Amino acid sequence: MSAISPATGAFGKRERAALLDPILTNNPIGVQVLGICSALAVTTRIDKALVMGAGVILVTMLANLAVSLVRNHTPGSIRIIVQLAIIASLVIVFDQVLKATLYELSLELSVFVGLIITNCIVMGRAEGYAMSNPPGLSLLDGLGNGLGYALVLFLVAFFRELFGAGKVLGFVVLPLAKDGGWYVPNGLMLLAPSGLLLIAGLIWLLRTLKPELQEKD
Amino acid sequence: MKALENLLARAAPHFEPGGRLSRFHAIFEATDTFIMTPPSVTRGASHVRDSIDLKRMMTIVVIAMLPCVFMAMYNTGLQANMALDPMKLATLTGWRHEIMRALGFGYDARSLAQCLFHGSLYFLPLYAVTLAVGGFWEVLFAVVRRHEINEGFLVTSMIFPLTLPATAPLWQAALGITFGVVVAKEVFGGTGMNFLNPALAGRAFMFFAYPADISGDTVWVAMYGVNAVDGFSGATLLSTMRSFTTPFDEASASLSWANAFLGFEPGSLGETSALACLIGAAILIVTKVGSWRIMAGVALGTIAMALLFNAIGSTTNHWFAMPFWWHMVLGGWAFGTAFMATDPVTAPFTDRGRWIYGFGIGALIVMIRVLNPAYPESVFLVILFMNVMSPLIDYFLVRGNIQRRKRRVQA
Repeated sequence: MSAISPATGAFGKRERAALLDPILTNNPIGVQVLGICSALAVTTRIDKALVMGAGVILVTMLANLAVSLVRNHTPGSIRIIVQLAIIASLVIVFDQVLKATLYELSLELSVFVGLIITNCIVMGRAEGYAMSNPPGLSLLDGLGNGLGYALVLFLVAFFRELFGAGKVLGFVVLPLAKDGGWYVPNGLMLLAPSGLLLIAGLIWLLRTLKPELQEKD
Repeated sequence: MKALENLLARAAPHFEPGGRLSRFHAIFEATDTFIMTPPSVTRGASHVRDSIDLKRMMTIVVIAMLPCVFMAMYNTGLQANMALDPMKLATLTGWRHEIMRALGFGYDARSLAQCLFHGSLYFLPLYAVTLAVGGFWEVLFAVVRRHEINEGFLVTSMIFPLTLPATAPLWQAALGITFGVVVAKEVFGGTGMNFLNPALAGRAFMFFAYPADISGDTVWVAMYGVNAVDGFSGATLLSTMRSFTTPFDEASASLSWANAFLGFEPGSLGETSALACLIGAAILIVTKVGSWRIMAGVALGTIAMALLFNAIGSTTNHWFAMPFWWHMVLGGWAFGTAFMATDPVTAPFTDRGRWIYGFGIGALIVMIRVLNPAYPESVFLVILFMNVMSPLIDYFLVRGNIQRRKRRVQA
């Protein structure tokens, strides 16, 4: 894609690709295997995963837009610093909003919201896409990648909360044996390695369904 | 035998490529070679350097494990019968006790048959579930991937139940072996491609997923507290060691060394008897199926580390004083050394690598037992850890070898 092509305004093929590709065929976690660290840390419960997903969607989207807007005025030698400054500002804003509105949850997410700054997906899209594409496309690309990340986080958190605590979004689905039900929770699901195993399982599934993703070796 | 041979020969064409049932060739092949001598034996650079094939090799491992199986059943029954309060015989409930009553078996701890039968009601269901569930996954992957069903599973399915406490719930065992076979083995391409021992990976899954049912003090003896004699504790010596107030010596242990060696102590099904494991190890070494270097390495590592701790000494941690011959008869040391550390797929391939690997296992077992209060027993996690290290050990040894030869050529 050339950097000078103007945004057409209409929602054409390129716009659709920028938005939809990262959700499945080029999923940042499932295909590019980026952003794994936070995916392991915040997926013990669905609500945590959703808030984290929302944060990454907003930050990636707005960071892409802002980086793209200033891309022609950014000297190549300091571009990473410029990108980081933009991303960090956005993350701080999101963190403050979270603390003001969902204080309890922000305590549980603790450092992981702040660590969105170093999330490989955000940096990767800013450097790899927004630096060489017009603002409209960059915005859609950021939204798509954020959605792809949030989707995987949601799936992983869904299984971890369901099998680890018998709940979905805090509602009891599988009544626990210790509360008079029948389900014995799987403690492994609440430990970080299960996130890794579930993501590996998702990658396996994705590659089986889409054989074109498999590398020829 | 002749009739069976004819039947197999008649059925064979249907399973060949192009035949009606060619999709299920794997199942036919497994049945055929299990009953008859396979037409082909292992060739080329496999880890077997003999004309026996993998199937016969795995059969020897299973035979070597039979003493452990016997002791697993006998000791499980013995421990349960000894713990049982005879006054509470009538209150025993559950299908096991229904069967015992229906067949007229009693609960006499002095009777070999009664202990053996009681214990078999714990081991056999676990073994059956492991075979059925693990076997299902093996066959499924073999059919879908169109490769042969591998006999490695005969060994895995034997080791796995032996590493569990007798009281392990069957559904948890089913989940555990599923994890072991699918996640630790099949996703990497099946037997020979796995870098973790599948049985141990399955046990690790159960340990972290359902810690209440596979660790602690109450799971090792198959007798519920309400039916046990007063003051009964099913804790293993490894866990009661933590509360010792004097340095370890034979007198302060609730168990004699001879009993620990013979296996009359609470513990996982197959691990209690060091003697049975020793017999198995001897069979593996004589038939050259198991690597004596690994076993010797584990023993050396244990001796070295235990002597080191003995020399350092400690006034607060009374584990330090435990001599190495006690380390070797407690917990899963003997079983792990004989049957799990020697798994040819997950151990290093180089001879020197096997020494290092074994030594690492022995040293780490003692270190974690003595220094980490969170894990009274560490054998299975240590072996898994060294499984992960073994390709690295091989890599450095092979590279070192190449460089040494290169220098020799250049000189």
